[in-house]
Amino acid sequence: MEIDPFVFRLSIFILSIFIGYYVVWSVTPSLHTPLMSVTNAISSVIIVGAIIAALAGESGNIFDTANIFGFLAIILAAVNIFGGFLVTQRMLAMYKKKKKDKK
Amino acid sequence: MISANLLAIFYLISGVLFILALRGLSSPETSRQGNLFGIIGMAIAIGVTIVSAGSFSVGFLYLLILMLIGGAIGTFIAFKIPMTAMPELVAGFHSLVGLAAVFVAISAFLNPEIFNLGSPGNIKIASLIEMSLGAAIGAITFTGSIIAFLKLRGIMSGSPITFFGQHYLNLALGLILLCLIFYLCKTQIDSWFWTIIIISFLLGVLLIIPIGGADMPVVISMLNSYSGWAAAGIGFTLENTALIITGALVGSSGAILSYIMCKGMNRSFFNVILGGWGATDQSTLNKSIEQKPVKSGNADDAAFLMKNASSVIIVPGYGMAVAQAQHALREMVDALKKNGVKVTYAIHPVAGRMPGHMNVLLAEANVPYDEVFELEEINNDFANCDVAYVIGANDVTNPIAKSDPQSPIYGMPILDVEKSKSVLFVKRSLSPGYAGIDNDLFYRDNTLMLFADAKKMTEEIIKSL
Repeated sequence: MEIDPFVFRLSIFILSIFIGYYVVWSVTPSLHTPLMSVTNAISSVIIVGAIIAALAGESGNIFDTANIFGFLAIILAAVNIFGGFLVTQRMLAMYKKKKKDKK
Repeated sequence: MISANLLAIFYLISGVLFILALRGLSSPETSRQGNLFGIIGMAIAIGVTIVSAGSFSVGFLYLLILMLIGGAIGTFIAFKIPMTAMPELVAGFHSLVGLAAVFVAISAFLNPEIFNLGSPGNIKIASLIEMSLGAAIGAITFTGSIIAFLKLRGIMSGSPITFFGQHYLNLALGLILLCLIFYLCKTQIDSWFWTIIIISFLLGVLLIIPIGGADMPVVISMLNSYSGWAAAGIGFTLENTALIITGALVGSSGAILSYIMCKGMNRSFFNVILGGWGATDQSTLNKSIEQKPVKSGNADDAAFLMKNASSVIIVPGYGMAVAQAQHALREMVDALKKNGVKVTYAIHPVAGRMPGHMNVLLAEANVPYDEVFELEEINNDFANCDVAYVIGANDVTNPIAKSDPQSPIYGMPILDVEKSKSVLFVKRSLSPGYAGIDNDLFYRDNTLMLFADAKKMTEEIIKSL
């Protein structure tokens, strides 16, 4: 008997939910806003699907409807990736510790 | 071309890097490194996908151009956006992820061969379910986030929009969606697929309009979660580990944040989602307000009180964000510190319009993060503190939450501001906060109301210090 590859993916999915659960609980509340912006950026890894869709087919008919939707998704995801990571970077750079008291 | 196995390994690596990116956020010191891991993970995922597609032809050129356009827009926004607008920005970004998920699902549906899902009209059932779920959740995320964005931006009124039978309509639409997915699998007719997307767009709007402005922390976290599940759905369709891992991470992250926000308000998730809170009998409450005596003061009084205090706790809220008072506040605190006053900040979990909103604003104003405390850490300190300076917060300080079981906010954890020796309450008027109830704190003997714009008042206090 062979196991359907779907079951493997499902296992990865379920285990990742648990990893996410424990990792996110350990995020300090003061960083919840950067958490949202960074999760936003990484969920744009959906661009992978967009790239495959956009580049599919013969180079001659690259403007098939399916390709065009792929290209559109690339723009959207790219805005998110750059915007998300950079704004997170900008926020995190602001979190500073107290300067040591001058003696 | 690289082999499918190698490709899968690379996707796994980026998935792990994304986990490390979130892990880094457990403390501000490690967070910047975490963000770098995230960027590397993304670069790997994009890089190997392009290499595996293998056709460095016209399409590749377009891809580069479009990514540069998108990237430039994103970069521009990231550097231009003021920190006070962060909730809108996050809502806006969620909508983009949602729409991208819809587009990818559409191209997978139109051209299933490229993803090895079968041929048009004969797509594998499992893939069909996955892609329609991904598309539906993506579509709900898209329109829902747009509504959240409009509400946060103030383009649309923040007050809940409710109508008769609203929840039944949503329930019916949800059930119709499930039926449509079932029929789509059975018949493979594309018009069902388009109907699913259209109904989901509609459902996204209907789900968010009944939720009021101050419940936005829950909404944003919820949409964050949805965008994750949408990505996971697409990940299953494309059999892509990076997407599945990321989707699960983001999905559970958003769910946890929604839970934390609901707990901060002592409300159940469904209570928030079903919307409308205390909007009914506001008029009667307003009448009773005017009769009670209130002590009000000016900047000089406030400066005097704080200068002679030995410890001051600042309680910021959404009003501080609206007035952009965080920089003035920091200056005031600096002046106080010069006088030897010990100053700390107390932040309620639902202060502001998104999780951690106040922390970011204070960080922007160069407030060191080890002076900023969460509710549980600092609540006992109010009893020993001389002055509590409440700037732009209201409901989260209302002692009625502890005393009156009739009150809609009864049981909500609040900051015990009333225990401090004196309370300075900066507010423009006595109007009730979002919950629509009067704040008992206004009428306490130890409360001094400072009626003014948060920023102006703080600046005046600085002058008289």
